[in-house]
Amino acid sequence: MEEDKKWKERAKIRKRKRLKREEQQDQEEGGQKRGQRRGQSHPEMEEKTEEEEARRGGGEEDRERRRRSRKIERTTRMKRRKRRQRRRKRQRKRTKSPEELERLKEAVDERKKLITTLRGKPWPMRKKLESQLFVEKYEGALGKGRGRKLYAYKVMMRKKWMKFERDLENFKTACIPWEMKIKEIESHFGSSVASYFIFLRWMYGINMILFSLTFGLVMVPEALMGRPYGSIPRKTVPREEQASAMDFAVLWDWGGYAKYSVLFYGYYNNQRAVGWLKFRMPLSYFLVGVGTVAYSYMVVIRTMARNAKEDGGGDDTSFNFSWKIFTSWDYLIGNPETADNKFASITTSFKEAIVEEQESRKDDNIHLTRFLRVLANFLVLCCLAGSGYLIYFVVRRSQKFALEGLDNYGWWERNEVNMVMSLLGMFCPMLFDVISALENYHPRIALQWQLGRIFALFLGNLYTFIIALMDQINLKRAEEEIVKFNMTAWQANLYNGTIPENSTAPPITVDPADVPRGPCWETMVGQEFVRLIISDTMTTYITLLIGDFLRAVLVRFLNHCWCWDLEYGFPSYSEFDVSGNVLGLIFNQGMIWMGAFYAPCLPALNLLRLHVSMYLQCWAVMCCNVPQERVFKASGSNNFYMAMLLVILFLSTLPAIYTIVSIPPSFDCGPFSGKSRMFDVIQETLESDFPAWFGKVFSYASNPGLVLPFLLLMVLAIYYLHSTSKTYKHANLELKKKLQAVSEELIIFMSLPHLSSRGRHHFSKDSRDSRHSSTSHPVVQGYRNGRGSALSHSQIPPSTRPPAPRVHRYQPGPLPGHPGQPASRKQDSSLSSRSR
Amino acid sequence: MGNKQTIFTAQQLDAYQVSQEKLLFHRYRDLAPQLVPLDYTNQPDVRLPYELIGSMPELKDNPFRQRIAEVFSEDGEGNMTLDDFLDMFSVLSEMAPRDLKAYYAFKIYDFNNDDFICKSDLEKTLNKLTRNELTEDEVRMVCEKVMDEADLDNDGRLSLEDFQHMIVRAPDFLSTFHIRI
Repeated sequence: MEEDKKWKERAKIRKRKRLKREEQQDQEEGGQKRGQRRGQSHPEMEEKTEEEEARRGGGEEDRERRRRSRKIERTTRMKRRKRRQRRRKRQRKRTKSPEELERLKEAVDERKKLITTLRGKPWPMRKKLESQLFVEKYEGALGKGRGRKLYAYKVMMRKKWMKFERDLENFKTACIPWEMKIKEIESHFGSSVASYFIFLRWMYGINMILFSLTFGLVMVPEALMGRPYGSIPRKTVPREEQASAMDFAVLWDWGGYAKYSVLFYGYYNNQRAVGWLKFRMPLSYFLVGVGTVAYSYMVVIRTMARNAKEDGGGDDTSFNFSWKIFTSWDYLIGNPETADNKFASITTSFKEAIVEEQESRKDDNIHLTRFLRVLANFLVLCCLAGSGYLIYFVVRRSQKFALEGLDNYGWWERNEVNMVMSLLGMFCPMLFDVISALENYHPRIALQWQLGRIFALFLGNLYTFIIALMDQINLKRAEEEIVKFNMTAWQANLYNGTIPENSTAPPITVDPADVPRGPCWETMVGQEFVRLIISDTMTTYITLLIGDFLRAVLVRFLNHCWCWDLEYGFPSYSEFDVSGNVLGLIFNQGMIWMGAFYAPCLPALNLLRLHVSMYLQCWAVMCCNVPQERVFKASGSNNFYMAMLLVILFLSTLPAIYTIVSIPPSFDCGPFSGKSRMFDVIQETLESDFPAWFGKVFSYASNPGLVLPFLLLMVLAIYYLHSTSKTYKHANLELKKKLQAVSEELIIFMSLPHLSSRGRHHFSKDSRDSRHSSTSHPVVQGYRNGRGSALSHSQIPPSTRPPAPRVHRYQPGPLPGHPGQPASRKQDSSLSSRSR
Repeated sequence: MGNKQTIFTAQQLDAYQVSQEKLLFHRYRDLAPQLVPLDYTNQPDVRLPYELIGSMPELKDNPFRQRIAEVFSEDGEGNMTLDDFLDMFSVLSEMAPRDLKAYYAFKIYDFNNDDFICKSDLEKTLNKLTRNELTEDEVRMVCEKVMDEADLDNDGRLSLEDFQHMIVRAPDFLSTFHIRI
């Protein structure tokens, strides 16, 4: 029994010693020994190596011998360790002194700082793990002892927090929608096609935010807390229309019950505060409208700034071939057909670049080319003017139809404007493509011209459309006056029928459906935009189905019984038109921004449309398209599309702002009815909802005497920032030139005649040899002998430093023309480099 | 932790600063389920041969797959442990910083592992990229042109700094040197 107890005690002591020993070994012997220990004597690893050897073979006896020898090794090692540990224990004190603890703490903090930058260091995983374990062991030691409990607790909380952050990040990455779809497309078509889908996903995110704003703060409060349908005239379908209010044709046209609902501006009541929450409905409507625009600006500009930072300063043709060699292979490709295409296009691009480099460009007929280009531009201008006039003409006609009553005309007349705009948007770019064949530009420049022309086309169309809309608005406003006059007459009529009482007229209950209604130009505008978006969507989908899918089906199945090879010849499979699709997306978003104020349902519609587009286009791309033959990069295209988006954002918010600021709202519909201008709601809120001093402060702030100097200050700040950025760019260019000049000087020096050729060869050969023989580049060394080197801070992480202050390891050797003996210098350089 | 089977201890998870380490582990395991244990808490020493790594769908069409595996593997032969595998995909992911990618790209294109990209390395790269379709003259011309452009210290080969100076200005470097998993 006693022996048992003693044995147990001894076992416990042994265990405690083992744990302490591990700690101390790390502290005193450093990383190298740890590496050795890890490589050798981990008991489980030993078993594994035994197993591996057994698997590899050898007879039974060999195995026995090996096992025995290993056992002996293990016991001797353990004995050695115990001896060492006993010696150390005799030397050390039992508890750590406070200074030691402080030093420990500093070391741990240093390591922690290192760990935060660990991700950016090119160390293999093993090294990173080692430094992490080091910190953990120390933190454990620091936590023991009196008064350190708080520290240990803090450390534990920090660890838990880091774990939580990493889990959150993993979760967020897993939540990104459509990741697998995009990956598949990327591997088949390369990164340029996939960039369209990534752009689509980004737009989807923005529209989700816009939708949540309009839905949550405008539509839902009015639906839940506002007066229900049918309670007041503006919320009820008028008696004349009630018979047809539920017809599908009417609903598809956004009339009937769709018109008198939260989807459009006209439904909203101008009551200042609704429901038990006292929700300020008109204020919310106005602020949401402003907020969506502000949010969009913020997001677009932030993305542009981020892209600009990554781009690193614009176009540079000084590294043409180098970039071709090192960045042309797209590592995302995971499909043999695409890889074949990529190989072919890389070869072609190299051949072209070589040809361009070899012969000087001989424009054999500059005049012809210039004439052709001028002709092409003239044709394009004609096209644009023609399309603008066509839209104007069609809109005029539709106004005439509206005046005569839409019921007399068929479907085409009713939807003429939208159909014409969509068709123009479909066919004119093809026409531009054909015209651009005259111009004979480099494909990248031709693409830029094409994009510019399509941009001008869409812009022209949109603005013509808006001008036509303005005409209609003015018509409606003229109508308002008449209706107002009629209303007073009708009301007088109503009261005439009852017994006239002087003091208080009894409230006459009139069914809201019977009250004559004033015209509502805002709802009309909203409806127009919604119709435009729907027809645009339909056109896109139908073009996709016919142009891509039907074409692919025909090519595939008619190929057997056709004279020429359809797949290589005329129709063949279509390629995915990245720029056209991106432009379509951008313009669609512009229309949303324009119309969202008057039709709160637009962001919701767009969200649905983008969702469907994503699935439909992903399917169409994989099913009907082939990878592009000619792969060149529209340079800096990322920021190019963002810049276009910004311009569209600006141009589409202009009309909305103009109408808000200058046109009085309708008197009979919407949240601003009864006010003289829509932004009066702000004034009203300031007066009634905020304390008096706030209103005073605001009135002082909006004093022109204060606003003008502020604007001036901002203009000055912009000018200052612009000029500093110009100086930075200039400085950058100067540095580049200096770099080139220095390297040119080197070439000149190398070819100076007074250097004997033998000496030069000898020198250059020796310096190269010496560099070969030296155990240089500590980072590589650290990488190769993974566990060998300690966690030395002398390993310099790679960074982009300007080449002038070079690291001393990479000395090119003394310049040959340098005063002094080249021979001795040569020896010095080889010696010094070897000693490293 | 509530899982029926913990693949990594909590410490190991903290140490691997890679996102989606579980996904990557399962991909690694799928390459050779019989060799890779499910439980990594004892840090077993398992190494997958290059043939398995090179047959992954993300890598099998890449002309540089052998070099990638060699650069990231511990033994320099292309046989990768889980650590190496995670390293590889973390460097090639979107989140890796530009300098780190440039460093590893340099190592990948340095075929003879002498810490310099010399003319022979360039020729090998070019031939891999074009599948030997260019003539010898063209290859020579391109390599000379690249040396002219990028070699700043004029020693006839690209050091890490020359390479980095050139590659960080490239507009598509980040988007092409990227593998999604």
